[in-house]
Amino acid sequence: MKKFLAAFIAILAICAGLAYGSDQLTKSTGDTGNKVLNLYNWGDYIDPALLTKFQKETGYHVNVETFDSNEAMYTKIKQGGTSYDLTVPSEYMVEKMKADHMLIPLDKSKLTGMNNYGSSFMNKSFDRGNKYSIPYFWGTLGIIYNDRYVKPGALKHWNQLWSKKYRNDIMLIDSARDIMGFSLISMGHSVNTTNSAELIKAKDKLNRLSPNVKAVVADEIKMYMAEGEAPVAVDWSGEASEMMSQNSHLHYVVPTEGSNMWFDNLVIPKTAKHFKAIYAFLNFMNKPENAAQNAKYIGYATPNTSALKLLPKSIKDDKQFYPTQKVIDRLQVYSNLSPQKVQEYNDLYLEFKMHH
Amino acid sequence: MKKNFRGLFFTPYVLWLAMFVIAPVALIFYYSFFDIHHNFTLSNYQEFFTSGTYLTMTANSVLYAFLITLFAILISYPMALVISKLKHRDLWILLVILPTWINLLLKAYAFIGLLSHDGLVNQLFQFFGLPIQHMLFTDSSFILVAAYIQIPFMILPIYNSLTDISGSYIRASRDLGATKWQTLTKVIIPMTMPGIKSGIQIVFIPSLSLFMLSRLIGGNKVITLGTAVEEHFLTTMNWGMGSTIGVVLIISMVIVMLLTNTKRKRRRA
Repeated sequence: MKKFLAAFIAILAICAGLAYGSDQLTKSTGDTGNKVLNLYNWGDYIDPALLTKFQKETGYHVNVETFDSNEAMYTKIKQGGTSYDLTVPSEYMVEKMKADHMLIPLDKSKLTGMNNYGSSFMNKSFDRGNKYSIPYFWGTLGIIYNDRYVKPGALKHWNQLWSKKYRNDIMLIDSARDIMGFSLISMGHSVNTTNSAELIKAKDKLNRLSPNVKAVVADEIKMYMAEGEAPVAVDWSGEASEMMSQNSHLHYVVPTEGSNMWFDNLVIPKTAKHFKAIYAFLNFMNKPENAAQNAKYIGYATPNTSALKLLPKSIKDDKQFYPTQKVIDRLQVYSNLSPQKVQEYNDLYLEFKMHH
Repeated sequence: MKKNFRGLFFTPYVLWLAMFVIAPVALIFYYSFFDIHHNFTLSNYQEFFTSGTYLTMTANSVLYAFLITLFAILISYPMALVISKLKHRDLWILLVILPTWINLLLKAYAFIGLLSHDGLVNQLFQFFGLPIQHMLFTDSSFILVAAYIQIPFMILPIYNSLTDISGSYIRASRDLGATKWQTLTKVIIPMTMPGIKSGIQIVFIPSLSLFMLSRLIGGNKVITLGTAVEEHFLTTMNWGMGSTIGVVLIISMVIVMLLTNTKRKRRRA
């Protein structure tokens, strides 16, 4: 019994010591001060050097917390108990958060440098007049192929994916909206259709794709493609640029008949507290030189056209990630669907995944 | 007075049970009766038991879990038998348990390295002049990796029940003229039945919902109930349907428990 008691006390003492230590560590990173900004962002989605620069210029320390899906971010903010000042939802999630009264409108009088943004990226259907959101990065959905197995320039259209040539060759990103979306586009329908007949047809068409599908995977798709596990993949442009930096045989195409265009946007959630810091940060990110540095680091396309001019030619002239206006005009943006329709998309998608 | 004191000792245990066992299960049951509009309804259950998708998924999950458990037993039993006879058996069993100290995700990634197109296994195949095999994203690779992960949980209870058998039983069996095979099938296996049964209980249910593996190794060509639960909680936010699947899993757990428990009681009686 004595031994047991001694062990028990020892464990308690160790726990207390660890708690004290971790408390000291968080204090030293400035978590508790008043001059802070709590940024809730996607993982590895801002150049850390910019955060240091921001602190030097303004004195605000940025605490970054990360999420890995729009839905996870939504649930965490909705449940409360957080104090995030800024977060980065995609376009359909901006719409959903707006409808659920979870966003604070931007005070345009405190914002500078908004004219740096290109007109193709502002005033979009998900947030008319940019009342709540500033575009952060944008991109497309497209096809990645490995030129060791696929002739360069041979893949240009969604419908080619159904060709017998690509049996067991294609990897798909595990996302209901995107996979159903390209099937809908290949038949000339809108990616936001709520017509059940069109959706069922899109699923039937996907079922016919399944002999060509090697796997439906999430983030791992980058690793698999970089390692040459599959010749073809359907994924987002940002992910494609990461794969391509690891394997020079990879190329990215946006099919000419159209595709999805997505936006990640800076918004102020209802939980925000440090408004001075928020506007200082937004204005800091609006500056072309900072946006350019961020775009260079992340590799996604920046909507800040003044920043684009500062980027090296190899980036700004890259038609894979900065497509021509003609292609941009054909891209479709997701709008927020009702919970029933979201369920319908996902149920059909699940049926496709179960189809062998 | 004494009774009250004993009750005091019992309180933390009851509180623990209430907070971390009963409350979560009750919550799952509670949520399963609500649709996306937060209306009280039985429609989730109705949908589950009438939709072809969910029923096929359940059948698939049970089939895969059955195969994983079967392979785990087939590998674990001889292994436990051999280890229990070894000189440094504690050390050997420690080596078997060692992989459970490593995170599941890391083990899955290790298997990706082994089984991928340019992976170690294919390099070996090439070395011996065999053609490259597509091993990832197949049913068999999924079952292989899942069985590998579950094996330590199967070996331990079997090993424990093997070491519990007194040597005199085996000597008696030999003295009475039983062959080695007869000793194994008539004495050792029946006496280790409780170990096998608890192994099945620990392995079968988690195998019903290995959604991480079915995506990483199975490439979502293997769809189990876990995939659907993940989707309902994270993507469609239809917690009601997700909970309904959870309830189905809990009930199947109870069924497996009952099936593997009754016989043991009868023998004791």
